[in-house]
Amino acid sequence: MKPETTVKKKIIRVGLASCGIAAGARPVYDFFRSELAKAPEKDFTLVRTGCIGMCFCEPLVEVEDETGVYLYGEVNLEKARRILEEHLEAGRPCPDWVVYSDVITGKEQDYLTRQHRILLKNSGKIDPEDIGSYLEAGGYRGLQKVLTSMTPEEVIAAVEESGLRGRGGAGFPTHLKWRFTRQSPGTPKYVVCNADEGDPGAFMDRSILESDPHSVLEGMVIAGYAVGSNEGYIYIRAEYPLAVQRLRLAIAQMEERNYLGENILGSGFSFHIHIREGAGAFVCGEETALLASIEGKRGMPRPRPPYPAQEGLWGKPTVINNVETLANVTRIFELGPEVYKNCGTEKSKGTKVFALAGKVRRSGLIEVPMGISIREIVFAIGGGIAGDRPLKAVQTGGPSGGCIPASLAETPVDYESLAKIGAIMGSGGLLVMDDETCMVDVARFFLNFTTEESCGKCTFCRNGTPLMLAALDRICRGEGRPGDPERLEELGKAIKDGSLCGLGQTAPNPVLTTLRYFRDEYDAHINEKRCPARICKDLITYRIIAEKCTGCGLCARVCPAHAISGERRQPYHLDETVCIRCGLCLSSCRFDAIITVSEGLGAQATGATSAAGGNANTTTASGERK
Amino acid sequence: MAGTAGKVAYLQPGGPLRERIDHLIRSLGRGQGTAIPVLQEIQKEFGYIPPELLPRVAALTGLCGSELLSIATFYSQFCLQPVGENLIQVCHGTACHLAGAEEITAALRRELGIEEGDTSPDQKYTIKKVACLGCCSLAPVITINGETFGRLTPEKAVRLVRDWDASSKKEA
Repeated sequence: MKPETTVKKKIIRVGLASCGIAAGARPVYDFFRSELAKAPEKDFTLVRTGCIGMCFCEPLVEVEDETGVYLYGEVNLEKARRILEEHLEAGRPCPDWVVYSDVITGKEQDYLTRQHRILLKNSGKIDPEDIGSYLEAGGYRGLQKVLTSMTPEEVIAAVEESGLRGRGGAGFPTHLKWRFTRQSPGTPKYVVCNADEGDPGAFMDRSILESDPHSVLEGMVIAGYAVGSNEGYIYIRAEYPLAVQRLRLAIAQMEERNYLGENILGSGFSFHIHIREGAGAFVCGEETALLASIEGKRGMPRPRPPYPAQEGLWGKPTVINNVETLANVTRIFELGPEVYKNCGTEKSKGTKVFALAGKVRRSGLIEVPMGISIREIVFAIGGGIAGDRPLKAVQTGGPSGGCIPASLAETPVDYESLAKIGAIMGSGGLLVMDDETCMVDVARFFLNFTTEESCGKCTFCRNGTPLMLAALDRICRGEGRPGDPERLEELGKAIKDGSLCGLGQTAPNPVLTTLRYFRDEYDAHINEKRCPARICKDLITYRIIAEKCTGCGLCARVCPAHAISGERRQPYHLDETVCIRCGLCLSSCRFDAIITVSEGLGAQATGATSAAGGNANTTTASGERK
Repeated sequence: MAGTAGKVAYLQPGGPLRERIDHLIRSLGRGQGTAIPVLQEIQKEFGYIPPELLPRVAALTGLCGSELLSIATFYSQFCLQPVGENLIQVCHGTACHLAGAEEITAALRRELGIEEGDTSPDQKYTIKKVACLGCCSLAPVITINGETFGRLTPEKAVRLVRDWDASSKKEA
């Protein structure tokens, strides 16, 4: 705790992680910095922080005064000036812009209050570029305890007691990995942090590394001590430049304070950490491929056993843990294993961080106790579906995972329950889909990704995924054939059985689970040549609603195909035979006068737009985001 | 543009890149472990990996040429052709896909008259597809020369490139 005299100080925190910067937080931060420099007599402190997780209302500015904490959302320069004048100088908070506060009720209060933040407790609070800020928040207390009062065996026992399982997706008990590595003959041993977060739609690790890098590094040192290793590698995606930069800075500061290097804190234990930047290969998230990549080879997996714990990096015993797992280790020793044990379900302990994205109203980074239901995540925390549309499905685990239909929204989020319904916990991507999401298209999207990323080693993965993709492409084009779903299932099972690594073994999952839960959509594409969600370009047409069209002519001007014509102030006309379905008219229309329809064969057969077949709607996916 | 001989000179003793490469080799040792960081340094310098440098890199790291080429072509980060002055990365992560990344790409392709992965004939623009930039809540997202732009529509994306073009003309 800080001494009483500093309590009156007002603290301004500006979130400067990638999301915040992309949303325009940098000029806001610069504004406060220059204003504060002009008036040094005022007792305001400006802190650069990472991501608090409310990505949907970035840029975020938090003001902490004598009464409490006020978090402002969507702060631009004008709002920043008024926050400075009214809240900081005159002491009158601006309640309309407050998204969260511990004094008043902010607009988005539930988003944070329904979470359980252990791992992310520092995110958005501390300065990720200042080790002092981390120390004040309790940092390196766990490491100190480990190095001064525990044997490596006791450390592993404490991890076992906590019940921690690997957060990379598979959920292997962490203590077992550590114990196997410790007991393996051979030196030196290595600790590798897997920060090759390649799942599209997942950004948990990036956010943790950008917001609280020390917590991951501290976990690595503890892992090194436990398994008897003096050298660690972080393998991080090159697409995360800010995270790399903050890690480098954190490592330098650790070395300065002797939390890293020779004879750490006088304990006799030494540890060094190297950073290796990935070069853009999704398969390197697989542990043996990752090791090959650190060794400078093509990142291709190899059969296991031998497991990395026996023969890993350069053939030596190696423990590989994911970013979130290592940050969890730090919390276990900082707060005690019982904090973990008491949170979560019987077999899945602690919390899980999810990147909540897609058609949800409040998207961002959330931390929830294991066992929470999908419904609670989407509705209580995420605030429901954007535009109040119905929830159709949730996808976890990215290209390796599965779709969970809305009818199973009560499913608790833990390793076993998700596996039972064909999904996986995955690394933490949680994608929300509404009725305007085409499940065939989603399956095709994921399969396209894994097909491109297959390293080519195993025949089934190399040749099987393109075959599945070709079938899905056909289906989306309206050229699907009866029997395609069965063929996809058969191929999918063969690929799962015939692939060496996690990429191939899980690549068919998005297709298999959508076939299981959304077979009717496949059938609509194949038999009726209709896309119920009105996404697949070849199966939809655009139409102008005469009653809504004001005749402004904007759509005709943006149309690259010259498919739209008309006279000003009269309803325009769209020629469906010329239209290339690029969506420009739809996104430019300010009156929601353009709609998409997918009538398929049904319209011809019945000669009318059936309720199910017509599916016309005035708001469209892109229309909502205008 | 430096010719073949000019680029190779970058890696000769005293060349502009040589010290960085030497430092890497000193810290990592010769051999395979060094190849990826060395290729990354070269790409940082030129924006791509000039193929004429590969024999020299092979000599420096002690790898055989075919092995090095297999590494350089395996990883999607490495680019063996020059990229345009302005690199547009279109995010095709899941959230961006759901939010219409395909339409953004199509609009940019039409605007610039090039396919994804290609560079415009005047060497001004390259459009590249990327897996996920991790800004999912701002989907759909593109970056131009590293600067991120979110919540785009096809129309906004086209306007963005036109504005970018206009402002870069002004600067020049």
